[in-house]
Amino acid sequence: MQLFTCPFCGPRAETEFFYGAEAGKTRPEPASDVKAEAWAAYLHTNANPKGATREIWLHQTCGEFFLMERDTVTHDVVQSVSLRGDAA
Amino acid sequence: MTARRVGEIGERRPISFQFDGRRLQGLEGDTIASALLANDVRVIGRSFKYHRPRGIYGAGVEDPNGLVDVTLSGKTSPNVRATTEKLVDGMVVRAGNADPGAETDRHGFIDRLAQFIPAGFYYKTFMWPDWHLFEPRIRAMAGLGRLDPTHEPPADSPQINERCDVLVIGAGPAGLTAARAASRAGKRVILVDDQTQPGGSLLYRDVTLEGIQGADWAQSVGAELSGAGQRVLTNSTAYGVYQHNLACVWERRLGQSDALWQIRAGQIILATGAIERPLVFPDNDRPGVMSAEAALVFLKRHGLLVGQKIVLATNNTRTDDGIDALRKAGAEVRVADRRSGAEITGVEGKSGVTAVWINGERVIADCLLVSSGFSPTVHLYAQATGKLRYDEQTAALVPAKPVSGLAVIGAANGTFDLGPSLAEAHAAGGGSGDVPIIDWAYAPYAIEAVWPVTGAKGRQWIDFQNDVTVKDIELAARENYRSVEHLKRYTTLGMATDQGKTSNLNGLATMAAITGRSIDATGTTTYRPPYVPVPLKIIAGRRRGELYNPVKRLVLEPQHRDAGAVFREYGGWLRPAYYGTGADQREIQREARIARETVALLDGSPLGKIEVFGPQAGAVLDFNSYNTISTLKPGRLRYGFMLTESGVIYDDGVVAKVSDTHYIVSCSSGHVDGVLMPLEEWRQDRFNPAEVVIHNSTPQWATLTATGPRARDLVARLELGVDLDDVSLPHMAFVEATFAGGPARLARVSFTGDRSYEVSVPSLAAPDLFTQMRALLAEFGGCLLGSEALLLLRAEKGYIIAGKDTDGTTIPADLGINGPRDKRRDEFVGKRSLFTENAQRTDRQQLVGLTVHSAEPLPTGAHAVELADGKRRSIGFVTSSYFSPVLNRPIALGLIERGLARLGEDIMLYHLGKTLRATISDPCAFDRDGGRLNA
Ligand SMILES: [Zn+2]
Repeated sequence: MQLFTCPFCGPRAETEFFYGAEAGKTRPEPASDVKAEAWAAYLHTNANPKGATREIWLHQTCGEFFLMERDTVTHDVVQSVSLRGDAA
Repeated sequence: MTARRVGEIGERRPISFQFDGRRLQGLEGDTIASALLANDVRVIGRSFKYHRPRGIYGAGVEDPNGLVDVTLSGKTSPNVRATTEKLVDGMVVRAGNADPGAETDRHGFIDRLAQFIPAGFYYKTFMWPDWHLFEPRIRAMAGLGRLDPTHEPPADSPQINERCDVLVIGAGPAGLTAARAASRAGKRVILVDDQTQPGGSLLYRDVTLEGIQGADWAQSVGAELSGAGQRVLTNSTAYGVYQHNLACVWERRLGQSDALWQIRAGQIILATGAIERPLVFPDNDRPGVMSAEAALVFLKRHGLLVGQKIVLATNNTRTDDGIDALRKAGAEVRVADRRSGAEITGVEGKSGVTAVWINGERVIADCLLVSSGFSPTVHLYAQATGKLRYDEQTAALVPAKPVSGLAVIGAANGTFDLGPSLAEAHAAGGGSGDVPIIDWAYAPYAIEAVWPVTGAKGRQWIDFQNDVTVKDIELAARENYRSVEHLKRYTTLGMATDQGKTSNLNGLATMAAITGRSIDATGTTTYRPPYVPVPLKIIAGRRRGELYNPVKRLVLEPQHRDAGAVFREYGGWLRPAYYGTGADQREIQREARIARETVALLDGSPLGKIEVFGPQAGAVLDFNSYNTISTLKPGRLRYGFMLTESGVIYDDGVVAKVSDTHYIVSCSSGHVDGVLMPLEEWRQDRFNPAEVVIHNSTPQWATLTATGPRARDLVARLELGVDLDDVSLPHMAFVEATFAGGPARLARVSFTGDRSYEVSVPSLAAPDLFTQMRALLAEFGGCLLGSEALLLLRAEKGYIIAGKDTDGTTIPADLGINGPRDKRRDEFVGKRSLFTENAQRTDRQQLVGLTVHSAEPLPTGAHAVELADGKRRSIGFVTSSYFSPVLNRPIALGLIERGLARLGEDIMLYHLGKTLRATISDPCAFDRDGGRLNA
């Protein structure tokens, strides 16, 4: 079981967290201007990188979504950043 | 073998037990293995494949042979390891893999067929004509142990989470030194060891540390650690190291259930020691062939001399002290040292060693002790991504690179001599000052590697438990299963319950020799948890039975039980399905009929109550809803859908607007968490979280719903302090009220199509409200309404259950609801998906009613079919189906291709071989103009 860091609560067990999405995806809108391909990419295309990743996670116990940078190979958690403010 | 007790460890209480029907006696402190050996039981079980007689080889977790079935207090546990299980009074022990007993096993004949069943035999032989012809017979013979179906251990194993600065695994001299150094340096330390007391090899090797005899020194260090408030876990096996330094430890507790410790450590120090390897020669699996170190353990820890005329075959110096100890205890020991050319060429004695052949000389013996050197116990290091290298000098696989947060010390690190080992330990523990001084009278560790050789006469066993011989490895090499991972799976080398603790290096060294590669180039298989077999009971912990997936329970459950409710689970909630003792369908029909005739009372407490507060509350809800919410007038309700970004209906529900800055989302009872998540996500991701707050108040409120023509009359009697006339409180309106001096909420919303009132009060006031309403019910000739009848009433009206009458493809257009899609200018979740090519296909499955012309309701799940080229093609399915008491006929809902354009069409349905017919109709089968809502 991994140890993730919530920017508000500190290091906590992985089971307290819920994966949100890859970071940096912007919702394309307005709907009337969005091409089907762009919408499909928003819904379904993920980079799923091997190695360094930036992801949005939810810490279920405090309810905050935040940005976590981690490594999918070494499982190192590089940093966790609050989304309050202008991060991500 | 003529094993006997020698007076090494004083008086001990006798313990009686049985083995294969014989009454025997052991002594307090015995393992099953030591007690059996003391009774001169040599054949303790049969091998897995060939049913060869086998005896105890090792003294601990490494022993491949001693698997027994143990019955205690009427409960049988299979495959108990005799060398690690403490002997208990009254134990009934049966030999493993033997029928009826170890000495008289009826499958013993299989060994004579051994030459016909080499590795891969089953794969090759039973392919033709069909594996399934052979499978039942082979399966019946496969497997180890007998499960006792009556033995369901209670779900009482605690799982304990713990943290520390330094976790030391192994309490031998190195582990104790490291733990003490860390403790003295002010660290929070946990020390784990699988034996009954700290000491490791100090408990059987004659060493003096810091001027104190080894075992006493171990005891004093243990006491120092405990005295400093550190935790020392004995009888505890660390079986896995997982990401971010999490170690799992199985603790066996005297008189209590076993426990699982999950320890998150800043640093893990592995002081897990090393395991002695067998020498490999023809018939090296005879009962009475034993690890030399094990013999020393039995002597020093159990006062048991394993033989009188012993041959000890070795290739290293670490047997020197044992030879002296055995002689001192009275045994005759003949040493056959490979370093001076003495080679074992054969062993006699089918059920116990009678003679040993040394370089062609026949030597009468009752026991053959072997040592081919030591393999560091690197399992946990390797689990934690450690890599191994072969060290020529010590003939051992040792840790090759550091792993962050983890140190390997002592014999586990290939440092076999105590002096350097303690220096390593002292440094790893962050010790200051001097390393403990030792006094050890024997030569430093030196070894001349001896690996199995091919071409010998007779079978040479590598893996005792899975019956893998040198010939099997030759065969695998010939058939090109040369990678160690292939070798393992083809021959089953190292795949038994001992996971090859004694066999792996011998096996891969054999493969290396056959293929002309180095041991490093041959590589090792992957080490995975658990290090030892761990009872599933401790991994499951208390998450079994009722606690496996606990249901949510109503605050009024005792009242419902009192009223005769039969409970079922709905969306994670335990709710009354119906009331009464009659047949379920009869009671459900009764409740549904009375609800339409007079009034019925439903416990709607699980219905979601998600409160959204703040200036942006309306904006958050508008974005998350298919229907615009913020345009509601305060005090009004709106029904609508919540979509996923794919446009699919996730949930339907009613939103109440209390004020411009306060809304209450009443979502489906099973979808509260699922609705909360995207609301919260978008709140934080898209809106100003300082201007909107979302709070789930579902558990804080209980809701009782009165529905039916007399609902208003009943609610009027509750004295809620509000006007109930249809102008003050029309359908889809909401008002804050009072009940018994406390707050209450009253909403007019209907899931039945009849006039309905939802009365919500704080959960603590619910019993009071229920008592009052139930008394009134009696007066009005009404009844309590369970979930089953409610589902029926909903279906009569064509009201959907999201996820039942819709599936993972259903969009609002499939229900014929296109207003928001066509009219809304603003963005909302799922919007773009409603305009895709797929969303606008004309052959989508759409929700319709299905009218049948017989008395029998359609089976739910029955497929609507049409014939194409004489073949049935599914065009949809029945989602809900009931017999309607008020219509006196069956009703049904279904998702049918182009359904909305086919009203009035007859279709064919198919279910479990039966063909049925129905007519597509409006989903609403009852009171289509909605007059009853205000009747
Ligand atoms: Zn948090």
